[in-house]
Amino acid sequence: MIRIDGLTKNYGSFVAVDHISLHVPRGTLYGFLGPNGAGKTTTLRIIAGILRPTAGRVLLGGDDVHQQPLVAKRRLGFIPDRPFVYDKLTGAEFLRFVAGLYGQSGDGVERRLDELLEVFELSSWKDELVEAYSHGMRQKLIISSALIHRPECIVVDEPMVGLDPKAARLLKDIFRQFVDRGGTVLMSTHTLEIAEAMCDRIAIIQHGKIVAAGTMPEIRQQTAAGHEVGLEELFLKLTGGAHARELAAVLGER
Amino acid sequence: MIQPSLAHVLQPKWRSGLQRLREERSGGGGKIVILTVVALAFWAAVFGVLYRVLRYFRGVEELGPLLAGKLLGLVLLSFIAILVLSNVITALSSFFLAKDLDLLVSAPVDWLRLYLAKLGETLLHSSWMVALMALPILTAYGVIYDGGWLFAGYALLTLAPLVVLPAVLGTAVTLILVNVFPARRTRDLLSIIALGAAGVVILLFRMIRPEQLARPEGFRNLLDFLTVLRTPTSPFLPSEWATDAIMTYLRGGLDALPLLLLWSTAAGFVTLGAALHAHLYASGFTRAQEGAERFVRGGVWHRVLNGLLAPLPVAKREFVIKDVKLFFRDTQQWSQLILLAVLVVVYLFNIKALPLFRGEQVPFFFITLVSFLNLGLSGFVLASIAARFIFPAVSLEGRQMWLLRSSPLDLRALLWSKYWVGTVPLLVLALLLTGLTNILLKVTPFMMVVSLATICALTLAIAAMALGFGTLYPQFETENAAQIPTSFGGLVFMMSTIVLLAAVIVALARPVYAYLEAVNAGTPVRPDAWMIGSFVLAAGLCTAATVVPLQVGLRRMERFEF
Repeated sequence: MIRIDGLTKNYGSFVAVDHISLHVPRGTLYGFLGPNGAGKTTTLRIIAGILRPTAGRVLLGGDDVHQQPLVAKRRLGFIPDRPFVYDKLTGAEFLRFVAGLYGQSGDGVERRLDELLEVFELSSWKDELVEAYSHGMRQKLIISSALIHRPECIVVDEPMVGLDPKAARLLKDIFRQFVDRGGTVLMSTHTLEIAEAMCDRIAIIQHGKIVAAGTMPEIRQQTAAGHEVGLEELFLKLTGGAHARELAAVLGER
Repeated sequence: MIQPSLAHVLQPKWRSGLQRLREERSGGGGKIVILTVVALAFWAAVFGVLYRVLRYFRGVEELGPLLAGKLLGLVLLSFIAILVLSNVITALSSFFLAKDLDLLVSAPVDWLRLYLAKLGETLLHSSWMVALMALPILTAYGVIYDGGWLFAGYALLTLAPLVVLPAVLGTAVTLILVNVFPARRTRDLLSIIALGAAGVVILLFRMIRPEQLARPEGFRNLLDFLTVLRTPTSPFLPSEWATDAIMTYLRGGLDALPLLLLWSTAAGFVTLGAALHAHLYASGFTRAQEGAERFVRGGVWHRVLNGLLAPLPVAKREFVIKDVKLFFRDTQQWSQLILLAVLVVVYLFNIKALPLFRGEQVPFFFITLVSFLNLGLSGFVLASIAARFIFPAVSLEGRQMWLLRSSPLDLRALLWSKYWVGTVPLLVLALLLTGLTNILLKVTPFMMVVSLATICALTLAIAAMALGFGTLYPQFETENAAQIPTSFGGLVFMMSTIVLLAAVIVALARPVYAYLEAVNAGTPVRPDAWMIGSFVLAAGLCTAATVVPLQVGLRRMERFEF
């Protein structure tokens, strides 16, 4: 469903994403992990068509996001890490507006809008301006907006930030059901427990390059780790666990 | 516990300021040159006008210094009024809504340092423009009355406490207001009050016809002149103390009392302000965290706009509806319409005040000339409005661009919506301004048609240029729409518009002249190749100024990265 070929992104002389290739098959929940500044957000924003790559291409359902953006983007729902929305629109108006961007309007959108607000417990806030929403409520609204047009795949950057435990659980269930029904999710997260529990496949990015990708057993095999080794250990091993040990030492100093 | 110094608390501000300055410098010298030229031209104009008036005053025996003092008192009083308003609004941002407050308030910084740091920030933000304005005015006084170089230092000594007073007063008013209303509601309220007050001041200022000050010889007698100069005077007004201090110095004397009054009052105000801050800030800051209570049912809006825009595709329709709603729900945006209305009234008042119809015979030549040149002036007014409302349109989408770019929205549709949402009201205003002016001037049908057609074409071009330049020079980080037009891009837009207006007026001068000649000779107007060529040239210029900026803007938008 999502195919990345030789994707590179340079900011001046700094290489944020360095010739990465990745395939996210239909019906997969794919975890995209990496330390801060590894290139996760840049990659996801290129997939969403927000950033243009320096080299390489991104295909969504076979259509190039940057060559045929209008066709490709119809398949996509994007959830960014920072929930900036129009403060002076109400929740319902915002969702209606997003549906309109995807060429959808009418009773179908109204029903879908009510369903989503109900699911995320925002119904009572439906006609309230977004400026009155808390961070978590904004995040829920953005997640609803990514689902309003019934996308085929969702690209999501740090979805759990700011969500209460109930909403986080709800989101996990939604993603799981979405994938079980044939949808595709590419999700970046720092919460390794969630990634290990939810994701069918995982890619780990470090310094702009993918250092491991596949199912958990495949990654264990790639890193020559034992069967019992968890994702956290694998992650630290691949991304420089020494730093964590140094951090522990620094924190221990008085 | 050791407290951080005031300089340390202010460090992020001045460091950011210096960094911005460095970035501006590295961005190329052209920008600095243009800004310097514009600033110098402005200063020269203010200095020139005042120099002429003061020179005249100086020539008037005995009354001269009195009149000069009155004028200075009036100027300083206006400055104080502007500064109080501007400080009230700025204090709301710097004391209650700024992003660095969470960090400062949660840090172990004592309340006095926080107060002084934020007071300094408020004072600087709200007073720099007035300080720049005061420079040529005081220079003119210094030059005319031979103040010498020491006068610069003396003026600074006099004006420094004068800017502190409104800053403390404005901050205190804000502090009290925030304790009564939620901060965001207070901001809305203040926007309306400030703009309403500014509108009234402009109207009053216009109605007293200040242009008569520049030609006092036109007054029937001295009494008339003094009546016009009548200003509120009170021994309790700090502006009067400052005027006394400055005028005494310029007359060669030195009076310590006004300076003492200014400085001791400023110190007293800061102390009282600090005490008020100590008592009210914590509760005010807590209240400021509450959102303005807003429950909106946009059903009627949606139905009306949906009906009106029904023929449009869904994406364009929703975009237009969104833009209209955002505009009318943001008090800081729509409240500018108050000023706009005042501007239109003042504009029409100016036309009506022209001494064209005083003679027995209506001077046809002058009416046609005024009507023709009015195109340029209307165009300039429309450009200023476009700079305020259309130029920031793309910048204001910056924080939401993730949504627009990740959706299958055609950027042409976005640009189209932005263009027409801005252009339609501008077009209505343009027709109103030009049409009403022409009716007031009683112009001929020929001039009516020429000016209406030209202003329509100019409006379409001006709106396109505003959008194009706004896209070329976006300000995505600025949250306040009012600040966006004052950027470098806004200046480039205004200068380009002036070039377009000049070009179109020059192109049309020939046919208008031919028309005047024909009417004077009593012959019918015959369209010749020159006339048609000129009209085609003007239309071509406007078309190019409409199409090219939109195309360039679209291409630039396609390359935006976030």
